[in-house]
Amino acid sequence: MSMFRLFSSRPTAPATAPIARERLQILLAHERGMRGEQPDLLMLLREAILAAVARHVALDPDRVMVRMERGKNVSTLEVDVEPPNGLEPALAVAS
Amino acid sequence: MAKVLVVTSGKGGVGKTTSTAAIGAALAQSGKKVAVVDFDVGLRNLDLVMGAERRVVFDLINVAQGIAKLPQALIRDKRLENLWLLPASQTRDKDALTEEGVGRVITDMRSSFDYIVCDSPAGIERGAMLAMRFADEAVIVTNPEVSSVRDSDRIIGMLDSKTVKAEKGEQVAKHILITRYDPARAARGEMLGIDDVLEILAVPLLGIIPESQDVLRASNVGSPVTLNNPASVPARAYADATRRLLGETIPMTVPSERKGLMNLLRRRAA
Repeated sequence: MSMFRLFSSRPTAPATAPIARERLQILLAHERGMRGEQPDLLMLLREAILAAVARHVALDPDRVMVRMERGKNVSTLEVDVEPPNGLEPALAVAS
Repeated sequence: MAKVLVVTSGKGGVGKTTSTAAIGAALAQSGKKVAVVDFDVGLRNLDLVMGAERRVVFDLINVAQGIAKLPQALIRDKRLENLWLLPASQTRDKDALTEEGVGRVITDMRSSFDYIVCDSPAGIERGAMLAMRFADEAVIVTNPEVSSVRDSDRIIGMLDSKTVKAEKGEQVAKHILITRYDPARAARGEMLGIDDVLEILAVPLLGIIPESQDVLRASNVGSPVTLNNPASVPARAYADATRRLLGETIPMTVPSERKGLMNLLRRRAA
């Protein structure tokens, strides 16, 4: 094969199958965990965080974003809470 | 003892109907009495691939609802006398199919056939659920491509939880059939290899069907690929897969077309 490539004028495309394989393995590990009767972990987290923050500030539930990114080595959970405009200073300090 | 076999995949266009027709015909050729059943209500195509589209009178829904008797709806293949087709309805609402109705039809068929091969629609909705519901065995048709592998994984999960067998604490015997495989591209690392797919899905392999123009040729003329050109590469691959399904031990090879000079010339002339 390598000899063949040596004389071939056509540049060889990089092998993409290993990338496909790795992406699938990460994705399916995640999806298999979510399968069945188990509740959606992200929804539960979102609800719990929302409830905790709402104890201190008035919140618009639509303005809480929970994002998850799963990588091979590092996974991140990002929670973005946008307090409403005109937040009272005392409350802002308390929270 | 009749066996109910579902041919499923999740993803559309991977070759379920082609595989149902090819395996159904190959089972019939080996002497089994076979019925192939189209569950794709509203988008039936097994009749077309089998070359029986002009002989459809009654369909699965008619039988499930008791409007027609099973023998009235079954279409006997013109090439193989022990191969039958139960077509899907083209016009009815897909909700017309109920679990009770399908259960009755399958029970009825079990007493008169050796193999009942159910061609599942794509997706994970009602039609796909009902096609796998009463299955003893499953052939999961998978292309070596990310979206197909992902959907197959989902379907495997459903076979393990939503079937009658699973609910009784038993297992549907699962087999992976890899279709549209291109050995050259896999060797160059451009396509997921057989080992990759099997390792990810962790289900035993039934066969490898290489990408081939013979599949389209066979469907063009309405003949299962195993009958249309038995010497062709996909036909041989389907025949081997079917023999494995029947319990024979056959070495797993990727059949290939001989690309000799004579072959090339013959191809040009054809």
